[in-house]
Amino acid sequence: MSTATDTPPQNTYRSGPDEQGHFGLFGGRFVAETLMPLILELEQAYADAQADPSFQAELDALLAHYAGRPSPLYFAERLTEHLGGAKIYFKRDELNHTGSHKINNCLGQIQLARRMGRTRIIAETGAGQHGVAVATVAARFGLPCVIYMGATDIERQRPNVFRMKLLGAEVKAVTSGSGTLKDAMNDALRDWVANVHDTFYIIGTVAGPHPYPAMVRDFQSVIGKETRAQMMEREGRLPDTLVACIGGGSNAMGLFHNFLDDPSVSIYGVEAGGHGIDVDNGHAASMTGGKPGVLHGNRTYLLQDDDGQILEGHSISAGLDYPGVGPEHSWLKDSGRVTYVSVTDKEALVAFQLCTKLEGIIPALEPSHALAHVMKLAPTLPSDNLLVMNMCGRGDKDIFAVAEHLHMEM
Amino acid sequence: MMTRIDKKFTELKRQGRAGLVTFITAGDPDYDTSLAILKGLPDAGADIIEIGMPFSDPMADGPAIQASSLRALKAGQTMKKTLSMVREFRVKDDTTPIVLMGYYNPIYVYPVDRFVADAVEAGTDGLIVVDLPPEEDEELRPAAIAAGMNVIRLATPTTDAKRLPAVLSNTSGFVYYVSIAGITGTAAPDIHSVEAHVGWIKGNTSLPIAVGFGVKTEDQVSAFASVAEGVVVGSALVSALAQSLDGDGKATEATKPELLGLVERLSSVLRHPAETVAV
Repeated sequence: MSTATDTPPQNTYRSGPDEQGHFGLFGGRFVAETLMPLILELEQAYADAQADPSFQAELDALLAHYAGRPSPLYFAERLTEHLGGAKIYFKRDELNHTGSHKINNCLGQIQLARRMGRTRIIAETGAGQHGVAVATVAARFGLPCVIYMGATDIERQRPNVFRMKLLGAEVKAVTSGSGTLKDAMNDALRDWVANVHDTFYIIGTVAGPHPYPAMVRDFQSVIGKETRAQMMEREGRLPDTLVACIGGGSNAMGLFHNFLDDPSVSIYGVEAGGHGIDVDNGHAASMTGGKPGVLHGNRTYLLQDDDGQILEGHSISAGLDYPGVGPEHSWLKDSGRVTYVSVTDKEALVAFQLCTKLEGIIPALEPSHALAHVMKLAPTLPSDNLLVMNMCGRGDKDIFAVAEHLHMEM
Repeated sequence: MMTRIDKKFTELKRQGRAGLVTFITAGDPDYDTSLAILKGLPDAGADIIEIGMPFSDPMADGPAIQASSLRALKAGQTMKKTLSMVREFRVKDDTTPIVLMGYYNPIYVYPVDRFVADAVEAGTDGLIVVDLPPEEDEELRPAAIAAGMNVIRLATPTTDAKRLPAVLSNTSGFVYYVSIAGITGTAAPDIHSVEAHVGWIKGNTSLPIAVGFGVKTEDQVSAFASVAEGVVVGSALVSALAQSLDGDGKATEATKPELLGLVERLSSVLRHPAETVAV
């Protein structure tokens, strides 16, 4: 019998969560009773799917022929020369269909929804990357789809809103709270509670009640599996350093999970420091600037005030602007296996421009945060240090916001 | 040990009627108005009082209670102030049960042990923590029960035979039956479905059952009173309060009388059924 304070055995970092969905103190199933039977049903359905070889085979085929996997592992030669240190590779998940890593998880979850006989899809979205990926798979499989998106985010991510509508999704503007990702997740959960009989909720990150954190991680871990094989082929050995941005943390968990038990690999998660983590409610760095709490079905690090009220947070990136983080990240932070840092809006903007000019790749603002940390880290490392950064999304959606921040005319 | 909740249901049974359970959000629209309403509830006919502990992200609540939580927080409500409301209420009233209802995070960061001690000291009789299902409530329930509080669990239309034993185990006070699969104050519950579910739950527990989540009208109160020991009215009260506010969301002279007037009307249905029920 395990309790919330037990920690998994330390000879592996890859055995979590336990049967109750806990990663040490974190994770769990903090949901209203109405949802509990559904969460348990989902857990069973996912376990059955994992045991069925045809499920993975169908998913692999979709990932290869629909999403375009494997994504390349690209040596960023000019950036490496410019920074003068570690040998920098990009895992090119921005080249996936729909332009980010989000499609990996959506293909997995919609296959599960179909297995469970669900006929209606709902999801939350922040930057719109997850929303677009959900709308895409819903179109592909002919299922009606409702996307909850904060009214504030709708304003700053217009191209993605239009894409979702073209794909046939209904985009519902969420005006409660601050009108951002956390509020969209509240409303998606409210929809789910009211439509439990036919609806499947595709959560976009490694957060929420068990089994979502583990399930989304599993679907995203294709990133790390490919990276390992590609690096072995290119360099004949494992990478030394991994860097990925963290909002909820799905692209990072996808890259990291395969390497957690390789002690030679240093791992860095980069949170959104906004105006700086010393600025009150001016950032979205839950782990470097928050404390443990319970929200959206799991215990994890949260941005909150002394009374336990959730703070809105701020980031230039709508995809990182979330007051929580996946519970497995919280556990990896406390266990010390992964180093979590933050970079500011300004640093991310500098990285965005540098990557665009040096590599001819326009990154999304989310991986621009990872890149900003690479700019600090790479020069301190020797030239034989193999560094992989997850380029988890492309920046087309962000050009309007970037133009505004840089005071440029389009 | 008989709690105020146990005593109240015993008394209601003796009177041969169901009880009215009223919900208000602590600190909505401000501390003083909310306290004045709270103090007026027993005389207006509330048998049991649920006090919502405001939370920034009330995921199981509909628009009315969401808005009331945000009004309270904006007016500076905190957990300490909510407990102080209970304490001030207890100065003049030592019999009306008070149940604190809300979400886990504000309790967790308080933290739990101190919350339980302070809540009991203030005069709280029961707790309903919406996002703490049986699977997760080990870190709060035993401490709360040991301190003399009832921990009330929710049963819902999705609670099936496999889960009901887990929901009913280690619970006390009463069982809160959520009458709709949805959020508070939205869809209208179907009396036949509620009757069937409540009957089934009664076959599995000796605890009283209170029904809530979509009860708005006197007719609904009357209908649910015939199948359960308690009827919870929340969103309707909170909405009436919202409508009495001025353009800036501040209390007016009408706020307290309108809310207590509605409680009186709903309560009279239970106390004088023959006069008011017309079907």
